[in-house]
Amino acid sequence: MSVAITADKVVKRYGDLTIIPQLTQNIKNGEFFTLLGPSGCGKTTLLRMIAGFNSIEGGQIRFNDQVINDIPAHKRNIGMVFQSYAIFPHLTVRENVEYGLKLRNMPKDEMKTKVDKILDVVQITEYQDRLPERLSGGQQQRVALARAIVIHPSVLLMDEPLSNLDAKLRVEMRSAIREVQKQVGITTVYVTHDQEEALAISDRIAVMKKGVIQQTGTPHTIYTRPYNVFVATFIGHSNLFKGRIEEANGGKAVVFADGFVLPMSTIGEEGKIGDDVTIAVRPEEFSICGEGHGIKCKIKTKVFLGKYITYGLDFPDDMLVPDQPAIEYSQDLGHAEKVLEIGDTVYLKPNAAKINVFRADGSKSLMEGVVENE
Amino acid sequence: MNKKFQWDFWAWITLLSIVIFGLFLIYPLFSLFLSAFQDATTGAFTMENFTHFFERKYYYQSMINSFSVTACVTVLAVVVGTALAYFMTLFKVRGKGIVEICIIISLLSPPFIGAYSWILIGGRSGILTQWLAGMGIEFPSIYGFAGILLVLTLKLYPFIYLYVAGAMKNIDSALIEAAESLGCSGIKKVVTIMLPLITPTILAGALMVFMNAMADFGTPMLIGEGFNVMPVMIYSEFINEVGDQANFAAAMAAIMVLITSTIFMLQKYVVNKKSFTMSSLRPLPVGEMKGIKNVVMHLCIYLLVALSMIPQLVVIYTSFLKTNGAIFVDGYSLDSYRTIFGSLGTAISNTYIFSTAAMAVIVFLGMTVAYLTTRKKSWLTDIIDTLTMFPYIIPGSVLGITLLLAFNDDPMLLSGTALIIIISLVIRRLPYTLRSSSAILYQLSPSLEEASISLGASPLKTFFKVTAVMMLPGVMSGAIISWITAINELSSSVILFTGATKTMSVAIYTEVIRASYGTAAALSTILTITTITAMVIFFKVSGRRDVTL
Repeated sequence: MSVAITADKVVKRYGDLTIIPQLTQNIKNGEFFTLLGPSGCGKTTLLRMIAGFNSIEGGQIRFNDQVINDIPAHKRNIGMVFQSYAIFPHLTVRENVEYGLKLRNMPKDEMKTKVDKILDVVQITEYQDRLPERLSGGQQQRVALARAIVIHPSVLLMDEPLSNLDAKLRVEMRSAIREVQKQVGITTVYVTHDQEEALAISDRIAVMKKGVIQQTGTPHTIYTRPYNVFVATFIGHSNLFKGRIEEANGGKAVVFADGFVLPMSTIGEEGKIGDDVTIAVRPEEFSICGEGHGIKCKIKTKVFLGKYITYGLDFPDDMLVPDQPAIEYSQDLGHAEKVLEIGDTVYLKPNAAKINVFRADGSKSLMEGVVENE
Repeated sequence: MNKKFQWDFWAWITLLSIVIFGLFLIYPLFSLFLSAFQDATTGAFTMENFTHFFERKYYYQSMINSFSVTACVTVLAVVVGTALAYFMTLFKVRGKGIVEICIIISLLSPPFIGAYSWILIGGRSGILTQWLAGMGIEFPSIYGFAGILLVLTLKLYPFIYLYVAGAMKNIDSALIEAAESLGCSGIKKVVTIMLPLITPTILAGALMVFMNAMADFGTPMLIGEGFNVMPVMIYSEFINEVGDQANFAAAMAAIMVLITSTIFMLQKYVVNKKSFTMSSLRPLPVGEMKGIKNVVMHLCIYLLVALSMIPQLVVIYTSFLKTNGAIFVDGYSLDSYRTIFGSLGTAISNTYIFSTAAMAVIVFLGMTVAYLTTRKKSWLTDIIDTLTMFPYIIPGSVLGITLLLAFNDDPMLLSGTALIIIISLVIRRLPYTLRSSSAILYQLSPSLEEASISLGASPLKTFFKVTAVMMLPGVMSGAIISWITAINELSSSVILFTGATKTMSVAIYTEVIRASYGTAAALSTILTITTITAMVIFFKVSGRRDVTL
């Protein structure tokens, strides 16, 4: 039932404006695949091309081996969950879920069994005779999910389904969605701009920017080994330093602009000695060290967040890649030796095993084994 | 999905609407304008018809008359309607619900019934005139300018009232509180905050009043006597069997359409510059008027409502009077009703059949064409959208004349048929239904339709199963209002009717002209009762307490 999806050199244009130039991506059968990116990056456009609500101006989209470019939306056998839920307000919960099955002329008793089962799976059996306006946002979301899944679609498409819910319900619903998806085992394409949601829910994530996929990989890979600086800064926070690769003790090391040398064993072939590079250090990849064992900075701000304290750091301008919103160090309170105060001067040592090194222009990672499409 | 043209349902609807508006609106209008520039006998191009109009006082005076009476009606209606809305919204008024219902009834009742019953009251042999004459007092003449002004103002101020009351309900009380916190109070608050906030609404209402007053045919025809206005002049020149006056009438119609379209554009321009949207979280609080002020306010409101309702009541009363031929005699009877069910039975059934048929067409076209112009935008649907604006500016009598001129010959001989009356009703009311349907569609999220399609329903099936179902309540309540105006329609039907296609309003008009007041009253009573019944249904269907036209 469920299918693999292939986008092959897909192009989307509105008049002269190209939204997606030649995008290629495969999505495996049964996978939970997320399109993540800032608003306007083309993720929803791509989703709607798969659904059949947007035309395809070039290339092909295939379900398994079948080209679907010219199949109208209602014949593609897709299940879709919308940002606005799009529950039919004139039908009860049960009638909403039955809608797709009725169109397929399913016998009454078979339909009843199926609907009962799916209502149970998404836990809305008790509301089945209500009109949608009397349901909460989370309950409406469950109806939308049940309605999309009950028809046994080839793929399940979800367009920012949680963005209208409050924070707590969002977390609750995302595990519900994940659970139901695994239970049914259906290929799912999920669109979101919320990176935390994407990391929590996906098998694989494709990070998009301006209609181009920047990197595809598991949540772990995307976070720990981003393919370029955009991904490094879009997913979580990364502090960007100017640096150069040099030789140290027969291996490679990165040298910060203030002269601090950090030996690294994770830099790949492509990172040549003498290359200028951009060094990305996440706030939690620093540790406090003694003078001369790290890079020197001043504490500028301090925000207490419970589990962490986030410090804003002050570096000399020539050490940093320009135009960064903030340079931060997150101190895990569980392991904090000492709490710093605003105005303190401190030496911080980046964790050589974890930090990432990119080409100076940020376009590509120089780390061993990092690929664009995993 | 490619963009290749498909000959599907929507293509048919596009074609259908272009044919309907092209054939029954643009083509007739065009031929009317063309004939305005033609010599009656030779058919050669001439400006003679226009110069004829502007050279003779008898003719151009009608334009001046139309303007002066329309302007006065508009100003008066705005003052009365706005004041009423102000007091009804901001103060506690006893019997507010009943007052509102009465206002709506007087708005929806047949336009010329007002004229006719004021003649019954204050005409030469009117009830009041004779009663006062018995006491030696001479009642001022109700005919002419004053009569038209009285009748049309009473008939049209409800437009302003409904518009302004609606807008005032949308003023957030925080706006007024903000003004007060900044040190603004009393009359200054009304002038600097309230009035500017409702000005666009007043302008929109004023346009409705102006257009209605300008185009109204029945009222000045009955009560105007020597005071000629343009619609009456056009009608009589057109109907005039002596000589070939059709080209001259066409020229007058062209002048009139030019005037109404100018006013329409002017209003659009002003409103576009000043328009803004308001939504109220907390409506203005309802205050209580104290002492003598309270008494005066209530008296004024009740007097106004009484004046508005008098025509209906007089008509209902006289319908039960005993008549001898055309003359009322002492005592009561149902003779008038017996007469109309006998001789004018077809007029009654025609009215219901025509307006119901028109309503069915309007609902279907209204929903589908609105869908086309909002969801399937193209240059073609933009043209349709523009075409559907035209009926706003074309007075009913002008539309009637254009249709009659255009469809008087083979191969498209439609004059005298029921079809042409139904078509004129559809053309006149469709734009209103279209606007309201589009407004409903803009509120409906397209993802509802996409959800249905993703579940396997074809786009057409989706339209009928989802979109249409959700639009229907809103469209139906609008359609009921259209139906009410259709049964009361006179200005185009009076030109298009023949013996077999007479409607009730036309029958009332001809009965009044024959001075057969008893039968006219009985017919009017039936119309009024039908109107009220339809309104009750409207309120049930829409769950609302107000009306938008």
